[in-house]
Amino acid sequence: MSVEVLTYIIVGLTFAAYIYIGYLNRVKTTSGFYVAGHGIPPLANGMATAADWMSAASFISMAGLISFLGYNGTFYLMGWTGGYVLLALLLAPYLRKFGKYTVPDFVGDRYYSNTARVVAAICAIFVSLTYVAGQMRGVGIVFSRFLGLPINGGVAVGMAIVAFFAVLGGMKGITWTQVAQYSVLIVAYMIPAVAIAWIVTGIPIPQLALTFSDIVPKLNQLQIDLGLIEYAKPFQGKPMLDVFMITVALMIGTAGLPHIIIRFYTVPSVRAARYSAGWALLFIALLYTTAPAIAVFAKYNLINELNGKTVAQIEELDWATKWEKTGLLKFEDKDGDGVVTLKAKADETEITIDRDIIVLSTPEVAKLSPIVIALVAAGGLAAALSTAAGLLLVISSSISHDIYYRLIKPDATESQRLLVGRGMILVAVLAAGYFGINPPGFVAQVVAFAFGLAAASFFPIIILGIFDKRMNREGAIAGMIVGMVFTMYYIIGNRFFEMDPWFFKVSAEGIGTFGALLNFVVAFVVSRVTPAPPPEIQELVESVRIPRGADHFAGTDYE
Amino acid sequence: MADEPQSKAGDGVGYWKANLRLIIILLAIWASVSYGAAIFLANPFYNIPFFKINLAFWFAHQGSMLVFVVLIFVYAKMMDKIDREYDVHE
Repeated sequence: MSVEVLTYIIVGLTFAAYIYIGYLNRVKTTSGFYVAGHGIPPLANGMATAADWMSAASFISMAGLISFLGYNGTFYLMGWTGGYVLLALLLAPYLRKFGKYTVPDFVGDRYYSNTARVVAAICAIFVSLTYVAGQMRGVGIVFSRFLGLPINGGVAVGMAIVAFFAVLGGMKGITWTQVAQYSVLIVAYMIPAVAIAWIVTGIPIPQLALTFSDIVPKLNQLQIDLGLIEYAKPFQGKPMLDVFMITVALMIGTAGLPHIIIRFYTVPSVRAARYSAGWALLFIALLYTTAPAIAVFAKYNLINELNGKTVAQIEELDWATKWEKTGLLKFEDKDGDGVVTLKAKADETEITIDRDIIVLSTPEVAKLSPIVIALVAAGGLAAALSTAAGLLLVISSSISHDIYYRLIKPDATESQRLLVGRGMILVAVLAAGYFGINPPGFVAQVVAFAFGLAAASFFPIIILGIFDKRMNREGAIAGMIVGMVFTMYYIIGNRFFEMDPWFFKVSAEGIGTFGALLNFVVAFVVSRVTPAPPPEIQELVESVRIPRGADHFAGTDYE
Repeated sequence: MADEPQSKAGDGVGYWKANLRLIIILLAIWASVSYGAAIFLANPFYNIPFFKINLAFWFAHQGSMLVFVVLIFVYAKMMDKIDREYDVHE
């Protein structure tokens, strides 16, 4: 059976499973729709959070990015995992106790201000919409690379699937689908990883192979011989301060992303929220500790297989010719010496390796069965669909709950609210699909935006809302605005108007760290010279600090 | 600590202080493996071998993530105990 047919079968089976799970978990209440009725067990929520978190980019591109960055790739590894410690210790338990449906809900209630609520809702929509466009594009790209379909067709199929289980099942349907998607994506990631670890080092566990085999010293030497960076040496290409700032920005950005925070509203108790964060990070770390190992093995293997070969020798490698056709791998004997050589400079190198090749080509390089190749396609799709679904729910709830219900029509009935919620998911799917098919030029730049904004807006004011009882409306709004304006100004200036990174040469990805610090300082100072929050708000803070009574809000005005 | 659990029930300030103390200790470890070992001490740690790689690289690409996972479970476990001590558990 050909790889294409197998891929159609496996992708088809997984899609059928997602639709079936979504159908089984359809909901009839707003609580089910927004927070899965607070009924998700901690372990399952951990898997769902891991799937929610790991996007098409984590699955397909991250190992490749790291293999080119070497040591400095740590800012992705630590930056995209370290935030979970902050979530578990500083945010998740208290927000679960608060128990309402969205992040703007907490901001609006804690700061007794509909202005703060609206600013938070707009922020949540902006962050999620920029992020989801990339996911839909990712679905299209997986379809085109593995099945040769047009990207737009792939985007349309992805939209239809997500729309089905998200509209019917809301958060409950999304959560249980994500549990299935995590299972698919982790199996698809680990099989090729174990195989290539075994082939390159003789140790089948990638994490151990990285530390205990001599593969890293060998890659170091190979890279130095070719005039590339010494792989395992710190701060090649980016200075220490920049690596630090990017790591912090990604960590606090992670902890401030609404689609991650709301996952912790879905568990039954405060205690469950704490454990759930642990499970989430365990499931994430399984992939995140494997990625740097794949990065090393695949890079070493690719250089060894390709560098210094004649063009005729390369044409004998099936996988090399296949990926050459996709444009992700390029060979050109520029100096005419009969062999192709990898070089540091882009205009001199005779082998060009796209970073996505590192993960995508591994099954073929390791000569695994075509079933594994089909599984990797299904895994990439699972990663993209699960992240898209979580983001779409945030967009829907920001419009239908935070804006429509809380501001425009507070007397809306349960069924009206549910209808608007479902309708908004559909609108969000269409918007995401539109951007997936017509990607705006800035899609590649928006990751810095999403994390920078989450770091500079949500993270500080949520933390202060829990840990500083004296924090008031004036402080929070001022802090949020200053943090956001500074961060956006720096990122837009740097990315679109060629502004120099004048702030200690910190890159756009890292500036959210300083934006968050500004937010903290401004909020603190302003709150101390303006009136204290009213007594009922101070009581609210007291109550979120104590676990008992987490189901207090269930059964009151929300059910 | 656990020998007089009744006396701590209702002590909201004490509970919050115990929670903050634990958070500070765990975040100090969190910062020292990530920002410490993998970033600010990376240059000296680069010269310390750790099996076949250097210690800074191990923390940067493996170790810090493993420590993060452990920290969250330690927090959850310790808070179970503190919640019961102060009688605020669910």
